[in-house]
Amino acid sequence: MLEAQNLAARRGCSQLFSGLSFRVAAGEVLVVTGANGTGKTTLLRTLAGLTAPSEGEIRWNGKLQLPFAPELRRALAFAGHAPALKDELTAEENLSLLVELAGGRAGRASIRAALDAVALGRRRALPARVLSQGQRRRIGLAKLRLIERRLWILDEPVTALDAAGAALLANLVAVHLAGGGVAVAATHAPLGLPEERMRALALP
Amino acid sequence: MAFNWYKYASPAAFYPLAGRLVPWFSWAAAILAVLGLAVGLGIAPTDFQQGDAYRIIYIHVPAAWMSMFIYLVMAFWGALALGFNTRLSAMLAQSLAPTGALMTFIALWTGALWGRPTWGTYWAWDARMTSELILLFLYLGVIALRNAVEDPRRADRACSVLSLVGAVNVPIIYFSVQWWNTLHQGASVSLTAAPRMATIMLSGMLIMALAAWCYTIAVSLHRVRSIILERERGGAWVGALPEVCSG
Amino acid sequence: MRRPRDAPAASRGPWGAARPMLAGEGAAAPVAVDEEGGAIWPAIRWALCRDLRIALRSRAELGVQLLFYVIVVTLFPLATTPERQLLMTMGPGVLWVAALLASLLSLPRLFAGDFADGTLEQIVLSPHPLPALVGGKILAHWLTTGLPVVLLAPALGLQYALPADALLVLALALLIGTPTLSLLGAIGAALTLGLRAGGSLLALLVLPLYIPVLIFGAGSVDIWRAGLAISGNLSLLGAGLLLAVVGAPFAAAAAVRIAMD
Repeated sequence: MLEAQNLAARRGCSQLFSGLSFRVAAGEVLVVTGANGTGKTTLLRTLAGLTAPSEGEIRWNGKLQLPFAPELRRALAFAGHAPALKDELTAEENLSLLVELAGGRAGRASIRAALDAVALGRRRALPARVLSQGQRRRIGLAKLRLIERRLWILDEPVTALDAAGAALLANLVAVHLAGGGVAVAATHAPLGLPEERMRALALP
Repeated sequence: MAFNWYKYASPAAFYPLAGRLVPWFSWAAAILAVLGLAVGLGIAPTDFQQGDAYRIIYIHVPAAWMSMFIYLVMAFWGALALGFNTRLSAMLAQSLAPTGALMTFIALWTGALWGRPTWGTYWAWDARMTSELILLFLYLGVIALRNAVEDPRRADRACSVLSLVGAVNVPIIYFSVQWWNTLHQGASVSLTAAPRMATIMLSGMLIMALAAWCYTIAVSLHRVRSIILERERGGAWVGALPEVCSG
Repeated sequence: MRRPRDAPAASRGPWGAARPMLAGEGAAAPVAVDEEGGAIWPAIRWALCRDLRIALRSRAELGVQLLFYVIVVTLFPLATTPERQLLMTMGPGVLWVAALLASLLSLPRLFAGDFADGTLEQIVLSPHPLPALVGGKILAHWLTTGLPVVLLAPALGLQYALPADALLVLALALLIGTPTLSLLGAIGAALTLGLRAGGSLLALLVLPLYIPVLIFGAGSVDIWRAGLAISGNLSLLGAGLLLAVVGAPFAAAAAVRIAMD
């Protein structure tokens, strides 16, 4: 369960948001919406522990988490703006590296099956440089599928995904929530999830 | 100040305290400087070997001492800022850097001016002057990093890391330059060896060192007040200050 | 502490509850096995192998850096004199300074690429210890920039009329000194990550720290030629390297986290 109390963040001199408090229980997704520049990305990065809030506390399973706390890092899967791929490496190599980096271990069969499941099976040996933005995003989806993490923090995950890709993402999130996971997503797209699983947070 | 430290750990509380302290340290610096210069320029005897030109060490040596001391203090405040995530420690470190660089600069210039009449050359690549020059680069690096990073909090922490790394390296650098110097000059007399210290000369230098210390504190406190105003300008207490309220 | 591995066939999450099947999964769903991050050597190996693989796929860039080294070394006699005696005196110093400059040139790439494509965020959020990951990257950096300099320098030393034994001492000193340059430089690269004047600021920050390595490294050859024992010098270089190995990854990791702010 993820809990935030009285979160506030500043960027330079401007106060992005303040006094944010919310709670996301197991099986729920917090959907963060707001206009550009209202601090959605900053909020997500703060929840992930990349940056410290100027005020407030973040608690994961009841325990206070400081930035880069090991417990949070072990439980977290974070998808930022840029799909974390190296242009020079193939899709297969990239996925394998991402899974290992997250502390997982996947054999070649698993990697290939994961890429097949996101419709990248035939492109797995291509360098990431030649893949489209949507295809790069799908590698991120494959990674989410492979590593089991309790907390997902997704920043604009639907960007560049086509309808099939968005459906894949919605499916992934649904399965994650059904398994007791927690998710926070900054997105405008409908995730097709039942109302009781969704909590909304609109940044002013 | 052994009493309630924590009360003054917030910039809002420290600001008025610093304001009250600045005049005391300024006067102390002025009085000590006059006293020290009187001793150094007037009372202390003319040196047997170097004549009156040696008297510049009453500025050179205290400046050199302060330049090294300030770096250590700056690194100390930086360590506090990193460890306890306090804003004021970082602001104090930020306020010390320019004064430290100034002291280093003064030490280098006075050292050069001392070298000219005494040994015929402005710059002789001896160990202490070379180390002083490298220390100047370290200071300028911290100042440059502070200016290059836009987010003040990131700048605080980056400069803290840098000054800590620098502080660890300063003795190593000094040692290596010393080694380099003896390697190439043999076991000859160090060019900036101060003349044999009569007690009165030592007292003169100590008084000047105290004066430099008071000056540093006064200037840093004054500077940190400006820094506090700039960085805390969103706070309500800043708007209520008489010097900020225009009307 | 390692979690016991889950059998791949059972689609159970690590926390025990049965995981519902994803659309498209068969009965024997291939599930990645999770181990808790925290071990040092796997982290170093991950970073080292990855960075080496990436570097080898952009070999041209490495070649350019080496060429820079060669050109800088060639500039000094052109600027001063081809007279043998003077060149022999200058030689070790020039070869060392050029090694420093070559190191500076390649340092921004250490973190900038990962920073730009978002990989650095994942690295920083990884359960693996960040100093180990950073250490692996630094090792890869040295292997691709420092080690080639060590191998090339004796050949270039011939341009400076240095005798063979001096060249050997030079190579040995560079072998011990260049990793220290990579380690110290990584701190500077992390501190200046993403800044506008990155390259020149990096030089300003890192060159003073390089000076002891320069003095002891270039001084080794002078001592050797004077007929004195170099063991003291090389020991000091080695001690510096040890200090850097122990301290620099942590300082660089702290600086990377600061840059992620």
